[in-house]
Amino acid sequence: MLEVTGLRVAYGGIQAVRGITFHVEAGETVALIGANGAGKTSTLKALARLLDAAGGSVRCGGREISALPPHELIAQGIALVPEGRGVFPRMTIVENLLMGAYRRHDAAAVKADIARMFGYFPRLEERAQQLAGTLSGGEQQMLAIGRALMGRPKLLLLDEPSMGLAPLMVQKIFEVIRSVAADGMTVLLVEQNARLALESSRRGYVMESGEITLTGDAADLLANPRVRAAYLGE
Amino acid sequence: MDILLQQIINGLVLGSIYALVALGYTMVYGIMGLINFAHGEVVMIGALVALAVIRLLADSGLPGVVVALVGLGAAAPVCMAVGFTIERVAYRPLRRAPRLAPLITAIGVSIVLQNLAMLIWGRNYHAFPPILPTSQHEVFGATITSLQVAIVLIAALMMGGLMLLVQRTRLGRAMRATAENPAIAQLMGVDINRIISLTFVIGSALAAVAGLMVSANYSIAHYYMGFILGLKAFTAAVLGGIGKLGGAMLGGILLGLIESLGAGYIGDLTGGFLGSHYQDVFAFFVLICVLVFRPSGLVGEKAAERA
Repeated sequence: MLEVTGLRVAYGGIQAVRGITFHVEAGETVALIGANGAGKTSTLKALARLLDAAGGSVRCGGREISALPPHELIAQGIALVPEGRGVFPRMTIVENLLMGAYRRHDAAAVKADIARMFGYFPRLEERAQQLAGTLSGGEQQMLAIGRALMGRPKLLLLDEPSMGLAPLMVQKIFEVIRSVAADGMTVLLVEQNARLALESSRRGYVMESGEITLTGDAADLLANPRVRAAYLGE
Repeated sequence: MDILLQQIINGLVLGSIYALVALGYTMVYGIMGLINFAHGEVVMIGALVALAVIRLLADSGLPGVVVALVGLGAAAPVCMAVGFTIERVAYRPLRRAPRLAPLITAIGVSIVLQNLAMLIWGRNYHAFPPILPTSQHEVFGATITSLQVAIVLIAALMMGGLMLLVQRTRLGRAMRATAENPAIAQLMGVDINRIISLTFVIGSALAAVAGLMVSANYSIAHYYMGFILGLKAFTAAVLGGIGKLGGAMLGGILLGLIESLGAGYIGDLTGGFLGSHYQDVFAFFVLICVLVFRPSGLVGEKAAERA
């Protein structure tokens, strides 16, 4: 589904991502974990074309996407839930969800999908006509995920979905992520919360200072002493 | 004749025109944080193109309203093309430049358009031929002409239409999303360049309507008319709260009323020392007061930090 080869991202002269190679197979959930500043978010931003890559190739479904204009990405089936949620604060919840379906023209199915999102997140339904800016952080995260799913993507990129949320809210969000993945969605999950991410994934990559230093099945990584010491706080 | 009511009517007419022009400023500001100082010149071009066509057809025997509509039909596409071109040529290359740069090109474009208009239409004032019905209506001792009624009604219709477009349609959602967060809007599949172009085009269409209204209302058009009109509409947009559609409308109407009432009463208030030719001063007095006391405008939420 997604093949990243030698991806480099630089800010001015500083290399944030130093030629990483990884892939995500159709239908699997893959975690990209690492410390703050390891280059995880830069990687996702480059995949979502919010940043220009300094080098390397990104192929999705066999097609090179690293030079596509950003607004064409959703048409390739790629949706990003950005770090910090990025909901439109002065638009209502329904309007935010409709923005997720901006490129779709099947009004009836869009309506059904909104109902489906409300099924995942009943909290959003109660506030359907409220402005997104009035929601709590957790509710905004729900909305950001719902909005991304409204585009019916094939590949869902999640950037730090647990950041800044209360533990109960994190659990709720990850329940939905796992349920979406169980329905066949391909997910690339970037997280600082390594345990949560690996427990929800099939495979994982560990990023350090812009490079991938470790990879393997999520279960093996969870058992790996280096990972346990560096990221699981043991 | 009731002077107060008369000035209120005049103020509403003037204010409707200001509001239409102010919408062009506020839409562009809302979406890109940029003051398009060339917008007044788009109004001027609209007025002069419409007038050129109207003068051509004035003796054709067609009903005056039809002639005016044909004039507008010519002016609107020209203004839309001018607005589209301004954005492409003067602003898009500077999308990532410091804020001051597009402000300077805006003034440059404004000068270019004025001089272009002067080359085409000369330095003379052009009279608006008396083709429109001039029937007057008595309302509680004040007079209102059919033209004034038409200006207020058409402006209200256009503003209502724009509100519906922005609040209720897919395009409107995309415009608001782009205004709130262009990067995220792109992730949703919004081609923000297209949305920005459309914003200029829609604002310029409103400017064409306003241009026709101004020249019909004052029976005159001139290559320099866009400058002061633009400044006043900008004042109206700031007064209402720049970036807010409702603010531009409110600010426009209020500014029209302030000017009209001010001009009507300044003579009495100063014992004849200052006359109604001080009308233009009120707009800038209002602008200074707003900037000093409430820089976010009447309906603005927080002080705008963008230049």
